[in-house]
Amino acid sequence: MIRIKCPFCGERDHSEFSYGGDATVEYPALDASVEEWNKAVYQRANPRGPHREYWHHLNGCRSWLIVERDTLTHEVGTAEFAHPGLTEALK
Amino acid sequence: MSQYSVWSVLREGLRGQTGWDRAWRDPEPKPEYDVVIVGGGGHGLATAYYLAKNHGITNVAVVEKGWLGGGNTGRNTTIVRSNYSQPVSTQFYEHSLKLWENLSHDLNYNVMFSQRGQLGLFHTPAARDAAAKRANTMMACGIEASLLSREQVMKMVPHLDYSENARFPILGAMLQKRAGTARHDAVAWGFARGADNYGVDILQQTEVTGILREGGKVTGVETSKGTIRAKKVGVAVAGSTGHVMRMAGIERLPIESHKLQAFVSEPLKPLLDCVIGYAAPGAHFYISQSDKGGMVFGGDLDFYNSYAQRGNLPIVQDVAECAMAILPCLGRVKLLRHWAGIMDMSMDGTHIMSKTPVDKLYLNAGWCYGGFKATPASGWHFADLIANDRPDDLTAAFSLDRFERGHTIDEKGMGPTPKLH
Amino acid sequence: MSGYRLDNGGLIDRSEPLSFIFDGKSYSGYEGDSLASALMANGVDIVGRGFKYHRPRGIMSASVEEGGAILTVGAGRFREPNVKAPTQPLYEGLIATGQNAWPSVQRDVGRINDVFKRFLAAGFYYKTFFGIRKGTKDWMIFESFIRKAAGMGRASREPDPDKYETAHASCDLLVVGSGPAGLATAKAAAEMGKDVILAEQDFALGGSYLSRAGGIGEAVAAINGLREAGVTILPRTCAFGLYDGCVAGMIEQVTDDPGLHGVRQRMWVVRPSEIVLATGALEQPLAFGNNDRPGVMQANAVRTYLNRYAVSPGKRAVVATTNDAGYETAHDLAMAGVPVTLLDARDMGPDAPEGVKVMRGMVPVRIKGSHKVEGVEIGMLDDEGYAKARDTLSCDLLAVSGGWTPVVHLTSHRGPKPVWNDDIHAFLAGPTNEPIRCVGAAAGVYDHDACIASGKAVAAGEAGPVPQAGAHPALPLYEIKSREKKFKRFVDPQHDVTADDIRLAEREGFVSIEHNKRYTTLGMATDQGKVGNVIGIAIMADASGRTIQETGTTTFRPPYSPISIGALAGRGTYMHFRPVRKTPLHDWNMRHGAVMTDAGLWKRPWYFPRDGETVDDAYIREMIAVRSTIGLCDVSSLGKIMVQGPDAGDFLNRVYVNGFAKLPIGKARYGVMLRDDGVVYDDGTVWRMSETDFLMTTTTANAAGVMAKLEEFLQTRWPDLRVQLTSVSDQWAGVAVAGPKCRDVLAAVTVDCDLSDEAFPFMGIREAKIAGADVWIARISFSGERAFEVYVRGGKAEAVMDALWDAAKPMGGELYGTEALGGLRIEKGHVAGSELDGRNSLQDMGLGGMASSKKAFIGKALTQREGMLADDRLQLVGVAPVDSDKRLRAGALLDSRADMVDHGLGFITAVTDSPELGHWIGLAMVRGGLAEWEGKELTSYDPVRDGNTAVRVMSPHFLDPKGERMYG
Repeated sequence: MIRIKCPFCGERDHSEFSYGGDATVEYPALDASVEEWNKAVYQRANPRGPHREYWHHLNGCRSWLIVERDTLTHEVGTAEFAHPGLTEALK
Repeated sequence: MSQYSVWSVLREGLRGQTGWDRAWRDPEPKPEYDVVIVGGGGHGLATAYYLAKNHGITNVAVVEKGWLGGGNTGRNTTIVRSNYSQPVSTQFYEHSLKLWENLSHDLNYNVMFSQRGQLGLFHTPAARDAAAKRANTMMACGIEASLLSREQVMKMVPHLDYSENARFPILGAMLQKRAGTARHDAVAWGFARGADNYGVDILQQTEVTGILREGGKVTGVETSKGTIRAKKVGVAVAGSTGHVMRMAGIERLPIESHKLQAFVSEPLKPLLDCVIGYAAPGAHFYISQSDKGGMVFGGDLDFYNSYAQRGNLPIVQDVAECAMAILPCLGRVKLLRHWAGIMDMSMDGTHIMSKTPVDKLYLNAGWCYGGFKATPASGWHFADLIANDRPDDLTAAFSLDRFERGHTIDEKGMGPTPKLH
Repeated sequence: MSGYRLDNGGLIDRSEPLSFIFDGKSYSGYEGDSLASALMANGVDIVGRGFKYHRPRGIMSASVEEGGAILTVGAGRFREPNVKAPTQPLYEGLIATGQNAWPSVQRDVGRINDVFKRFLAAGFYYKTFFGIRKGTKDWMIFESFIRKAAGMGRASREPDPDKYETAHASCDLLVVGSGPAGLATAKAAAEMGKDVILAEQDFALGGSYLSRAGGIGEAVAAINGLREAGVTILPRTCAFGLYDGCVAGMIEQVTDDPGLHGVRQRMWVVRPSEIVLATGALEQPLAFGNNDRPGVMQANAVRTYLNRYAVSPGKRAVVATTNDAGYETAHDLAMAGVPVTLLDARDMGPDAPEGVKVMRGMVPVRIKGSHKVEGVEIGMLDDEGYAKARDTLSCDLLAVSGGWTPVVHLTSHRGPKPVWNDDIHAFLAGPTNEPIRCVGAAAGVYDHDACIASGKAVAAGEAGPVPQAGAHPALPLYEIKSREKKFKRFVDPQHDVTADDIRLAEREGFVSIEHNKRYTTLGMATDQGKVGNVIGIAIMADASGRTIQETGTTTFRPPYSPISIGALAGRGTYMHFRPVRKTPLHDWNMRHGAVMTDAGLWKRPWYFPRDGETVDDAYIREMIAVRSTIGLCDVSSLGKIMVQGPDAGDFLNRVYVNGFAKLPIGKARYGVMLRDDGVVYDDGTVWRMSETDFLMTTTTANAAGVMAKLEEFLQTRWPDLRVQLTSVSDQWAGVAVAGPKCRDVLAAVTVDCDLSDEAFPFMGIREAKIAGADVWIARISFSGERAFEVYVRGGKAEAVMDALWDAAKPMGGELYGTEALGGLRIEKGHVAGSELDGRNSLQDMGLGGMASSKKAFIGKALTQREGMLADDRLQLVGVAPVDSDKRLRAGALLDSRADMVDHGLGFITAVTDSPELGHWIGLAMVRGGLAEWEGKELTSYDPVRDGNTAVRVMSPHFLDPKGERMYG
């Protein structure tokens, strides 16, 4: 069981969350080119090792989090709100 | 190579099993080959075998960092079928199934392909129509399929849950009689022995550390046992595809690595004579019984990127629930072992067999759930691609550039979310 | 073996005799006995048969590693195959049966296989059986015999009648194992104030205490100390696996007889901060001739039977040892009055225990006796590890100690491979940076006092124990090789893997330990190599000239010992397998005669039969009512999401292909959203309640997915947008009021609500009151008729539905279900889930005109890819049978030729018998769509059901294409 420290709810089983994929992908503007969108939608670095990734606390506070996790060991590092203003707003 | 037959088994029995050769040699690498295949799993070994057999290319090395068949070839639930939803996939897997049917004879190695039939259960009228569409597609492609009523399923497997307590009632099933299971390790060993017999060098414990290129063209591989030059290089390393392709300067691919767990129970006397597939809302499960007697089963991915060959508890519980949902007699049957394999999950749920941006470097990847059953056809067509430097009719659709061109082959219609395929 | 009960001692209650049945014969034992000890006390020697050769097997151990006494327990629905007799506590009326034998384990005709054993070497089945004929027919004939011969126990085919449950716990420290080291650790940690859980797989606590002479009293004292210290103790609980985050999976056998309402087993998911493994060590066997005969046992197990169960496994014993452990067994046997000779493979060792004859430098070469141990031939090892029999000792028990293997399986589950230790000739836990420590024998410390000390030290946070060879180092001996080929030396007694099998596999090139395991099946039996793995690896190493460390070990996989599938599933069975979702009108629908259908996890009304109507009769009647008068339908399962905030309009503009920012207040609009890849994802209506408040409806299937996606957009891609999302799917009920009389119905139940076309036009929305409840009404239509949808808080749904039905029924109204709903939308050509299969573009659906050219939206970029724009894509059309008496089928393929040789041009997605048109119609996806095929004939190809039917392609808008009924 991967344990993720949700900054809002505390440490929880990963089964409360839904995996949201590579968080290093930068989605381009809606009117950006086909090439840029192809890259964002389909191309993945898929690293073996440290990975920044999204987890959605689906069965919790429903925050989208950015979690540092090692894909080889499943060791979890930091977990932060994906929304850049949320950490500050909750203080 | 010693020919295997009932007579050789009797002869060796009488003389104390002293006459058997090595199933494959353990050669030192040559400095150069016509083709180097990276990856000694079923697909890589099959590719080498068919390069030699179909194309007469025997100056071939298969380079494997660990032991043959140590990846997904030896970790799957051994189901072979050709009932895919997308016609091009149906045709590809049907070619594979046809090759499976004579594989033991072809390889002179018993891969134990048992055509015991696969039942795909359905639970709603809409799912019945979807099953009918799939069966019709198969029939149109010349593949036998039938739709069974609930009563026919009851007759075939009387101990499924037909009670009123079943959360999703069984309305019927699609049956592919020619589907079945095979002995997974034997496939790797059989292809290895067959390829070796044609003169292919199988290099175990040899890790590829670099892919050599000159002017946009591949020239060989760097390995833990030194440089090996090659005119062509084929990569068939499911679970390590990104890692290996990065060595060729290809930094990103339409693939995520996910882990899929597999399960086997203690051995039992025959309990289930066919393969069963179960798909209900939020449930995905498949089960068969091995010749040794273990119930072999699996379900969904663990749903997050992973390179760890071990699973986590939520899916263990989920799969056990699915097992009980269709076979409630399994409650007192004990789980013996569970493990996980690393799946190349592609962005559309379909494999990639393609030329790459690097000249004479070929990619075989992204098999999602389909890799084991594809093994012979994968080898056959990948060998063809490498030998002729162009895809054949059946392979063209599986190109790497289909995503940017908008020609995805979306098996489940889930879009670019690999965990859902 | 001829076991018997000793007069005194043991952790058994001699005042509680229990009767039980084995293979139809009645026996008795005592409370506290295991099934194995009770069988042994009754002198039963043959309890099983080997997997391949069907040789007789007896009790070999006293715990989960048992390789011989594997039985079926229980009968009928209660039968549990493959129970290891030493782990099964005896209970009154227990029924046990031998396995893999016919007619019985005593007289098994399968024994004939042993005659042919020379032909049945490792992997022989890969070399033959594929037959002469091409294809798989010959193999499958052989296979049917092989399958019957293989397997072990027979499972019941009836549902498991018992219940299971799941429990969750957290703690500071989880201790696995209740031997001296485990008890010491738990006690010390608890006294330091830690919250401790201790799990013991055995049904009695105490571990190796219970094997020691006089150990039972010590164990009781230690356990009492633990209880006083507040440790949570879980007996009969197997910690079967360690998972990420050091979460432990454990199965507790709650009782053998749960009755009707009790729980048989409980699965624990424990989240400890730290884990201490006091899991002990397994005693290794030795490979020598016929070492599988009943009467050959682990030396330490012999002590367990003597001291814990007060049973002597034999009347005349030989102990063969490579280390000091055999001396303790010999001592305890002698104390029990059993004549005993000790063979020590070493030239040195401790002093001979009282009453024991010690023969140094001697090893067992071969067992004598065809069904059970009658004697043992002994000899001395030469320099190459071979021994020749030079003497025979008469005995009925041979206790073997081939050294110890620490139980490090659980650490291995976490990834670190075990590391070979040359000092103690054993694999120890590999290094880890997780908070998992081993103590006692699990750490390679075998001395009783040292085990206790190691537990205390680790509990105090001090360094773990360092294993040491001791004064008389053990001899690393695994196999006593013999130049006589005739006698099998078993390595894995469960799978009948012999030393020669391992050597043969090595010769054939299966030199990787993983290959060797898979080729010979070594270690793949129900003990998962607890017995044979190490000697198997040692024999491999010997055969290939490598060290054991170089040879390596296979990966231990969970579960540590087999666990029932029922326990893993817990309560998640039958109706609790997946949640049942019911709308707020579920009970109302049921009271009004609905037949329900599964729609995802939802139960939705399928149809409302009258007087024994079939679904086909009922849905036609329901459709006619909607087209001619009025129908009511529960549509509560649709997704409903409040989208609120100053940027809500902008947000919707980005999410949908069409524009929403300028949607007037009080109006609704149909919208379609795409995925990032440009494929149609979902559709629904969006209502604007105020400048900043919108209600979005989604399809039932995508309600949760759309919500998650919208949250993703707002939190990860567009955090600057000021939008709040609230799912109200479960809080609001919805009712479609559809048909020409819809205004009359609403007029009857609302007050001051102007329903005229001017005041309440198509796509208008209004607040109103029905039956005293606040409702939102929208004039939207899925059926193509003039219609409204009424939304109300779930708690008031029944009252509103009652009012609507009271008004509608006298007008000739009907309730309708999903079947009629589907038929109506097909007549209208509205797409739904069967068309929107996750592969279509807007153009494919005939909705290309909806896409705004003035703004960008999700998915727009990738719709411009060549493949998304191709003319030959599958596109939406309508079809009707050329012969109007014929029916259509969803799932039929379409092609221009009757003799389809490829996969055709498309397929039918949804069909209905149309009462309005008087014949069947269908929606279909066809390559080239209407542009290519309108008005032309195609063949509907449905070989698995109806065969071929000629159909004509037409517009999918079968009914009222201009929408006059809807718009009014």
